[in-house]
Amino acid sequence: MMGFNFRSMRAIYQRELYRALRTAFQSILAPVLTTSLYFIVFGAAIGGRMPDLGGVDYGAFIVPGLLLLTLLSESTSNASFGIYMPRFTGTIYELLSAPIGVAETLVGFVGAAATKSLILAAIILATATLFVDYSIAHPVLAVFYIMLVAASFSLFGFILGIWADSFEKLGIIPQLILLPLTFLGGTFYSIDMLPDPWRAAALFNPIVYLVSGLRWTFYGSADVPIEISFGLTLGFLAICVAIITFIFRTGWRLRA
Amino acid sequence: MPLRKGIVFTAMEIRLCCCHERGMDDIILRLSGLTKTYPGGLTAMNNVDLTIRRGEIFALLGPNGAGKTTLIGAVCGLVTPTSGTIEVFGDNIRNNWRSARARIGLVPQELSTDMFEPVHRAVSYSRGLFGLAPDKARIEEVLRSLSLWDKRDEQIRALSGGMKRRVLIAKAMAHEPDLLFLDEPTAGVDVELRKDMWRLIGEMRERGTTIILTTHYIEEAEEMADRVGVIRKGKVLMVDDKNAMMQRLGTTEAVITLAVPLAQLPLALKDFPVTLENGGSKLCYRGGDGSGKGRAEVAGLTKALVRADIDYVGIEIRESSLEDIFVGLVENDAGEAA
Ligand SMILES: Nc1ncnc2c1ncn2[C@@H]1O[C@H](COP(=O)(O)OP(=O)(O)OP(=O)(O)O)[C@@H](O)[C@H]1O
Ligand SMILES: [Mg+2]
Repeated sequence: MMGFNFRSMRAIYQRELYRALRTAFQSILAPVLTTSLYFIVFGAAIGGRMPDLGGVDYGAFIVPGLLLLTLLSESTSNASFGIYMPRFTGTIYELLSAPIGVAETLVGFVGAAATKSLILAAIILATATLFVDYSIAHPVLAVFYIMLVAASFSLFGFILGIWADSFEKLGIIPQLILLPLTFLGGTFYSIDMLPDPWRAAALFNPIVYLVSGLRWTFYGSADVPIEISFGLTLGFLAICVAIITFIFRTGWRLRA
Repeated sequence: MPLRKGIVFTAMEIRLCCCHERGMDDIILRLSGLTKTYPGGLTAMNNVDLTIRRGEIFALLGPNGAGKTTLIGAVCGLVTPTSGTIEVFGDNIRNNWRSARARIGLVPQELSTDMFEPVHRAVSYSRGLFGLAPDKARIEEVLRSLSLWDKRDEQIRALSGGMKRRVLIAKAMAHEPDLLFLDEPTAGVDVELRKDMWRLIGEMRERGTTIILTTHYIEEAEEMADRVGVIRKGKVLMVDDKNAMMQRLGTTEAVITLAVPLAQLPLALKDFPVTLENGGSKLCYRGGDGSGKGRAEVAGLTKALVRADIDYVGIEIRESSLEDIFVGLVENDAGEAA
């Protein structure tokens, strides 16, 4: 039987969003609070003593970086919990026995995780206007890029959630790899500010390209060309899709 | 295929029904040489051949670890078989898994649900997940039939264990499956609820659903099943008509505690399959055939005791347990599979 089970996909998507709604307060309040803190510390306290970067006020300069910081961690954790919890509680039996393939599952789970991230992005951008004055040079591209990043890292989180066989493992990649790379990836500074060996080294950090890409959509200039950022993000997305398709084919960590 | 009341068939379903009507007569599921060896090396299912007929209730009996859940998992997509084939609704499940799964329901052994979800949401979700359009009336019907309607807005965690199991059943029924697997539906369920569940399973059969259930209780198989399969250590030891099997293997045990111990069996009891035990203070009966013959014989035995003026102070009757049947099966025809 060929095809795509639209109703199944919709059921998964709606339920995942509903589950988020149940804890809406926490899942929105926490990131808003963290973002505000960052703005107060980096924007107001330190930012006053920082020079403009590429003609952009420091407070405004860090908006895309902060946004990305939240996008990456929220997309990853939303999607990884979304699939890890059913495995943990055993409710995954229903998904495995349902007439759905990888496509419905992905659009359902990852789509919901990405949607949550987008809503969060909007809230963070709104919060940011309370602290700094910024504008977006390429709003359409910015929205597109945010969606791309949210989808990619939701896929990445989905893989984590299938790979992890304990809560510790679930947290380890975001904490030990993603977070440091994000901080080192030019979230709060331009990598042009780094002395030379470090500047070259930074280019091996994939997050640099993400931050740079998003910053470009905001201010029209960035550390690396926008085409490279887009290309790498799309490549990452494609790799994640390939891995998940493979997981579903083989049933790895899903079927006994 | 028996028509179900109040259900609109989609075009696809009708097409499926028709081709089945023609060729496949009444076989709904056929397992051939099905084997599952888990990564650890344990073979939980060993070359299983099994045929399930359309519309029947089939009880799979077996002790803990026999491979019942593994067998169900293989058909429902939770377990990847190591070898063998599964044919369901007339086609290899490799080819028709999508349409087949849409018509199969599963009530798992473990009580696994999203505990924070309200009952009606959980059930509606299942319907959607299996590709059907929302249908409030149908959900209400399912919830009412399981006495869950009053609890529809409660979070599942607030329900008792038996009620949680009903929610799982409701979820499995929400997409109107033609083939329903119930993995120990009555484990941890009290007598009343168990009776309720038997009634419900009977009703589902009336509507044309084929039901495969697992259980440890032979009385359950006795109460409901048309046919019974006994599985042990991954092998199907025998498959038979329930009545035939009960007659062949069922036994009744009765222990009669005598008021005064007897030195030897009185002549009056010579026609009964009884022995004296515990220094002559207990009279033990072991006989019958699982069709009520044993109980009748025990009744006769008590009358014979009264006639012979032998006083007794207690009677315990026990119908043969599954374990007894296994012992018999394994001792008698160890290698021979049905
Ligand atoms: N995922 C798994 N990995 C390894 N071994 C498993 C797995 N699932 C089950 N087994 C083993 O396979 C055997 C059969 O298990 P199964 O759950 O099918 O038995 P069962 O007949 O359902 O038992 P019960 O009556 O206790 O539910 C058991 O020995 C069990 O330990
Ligand atoms: Mg089991």
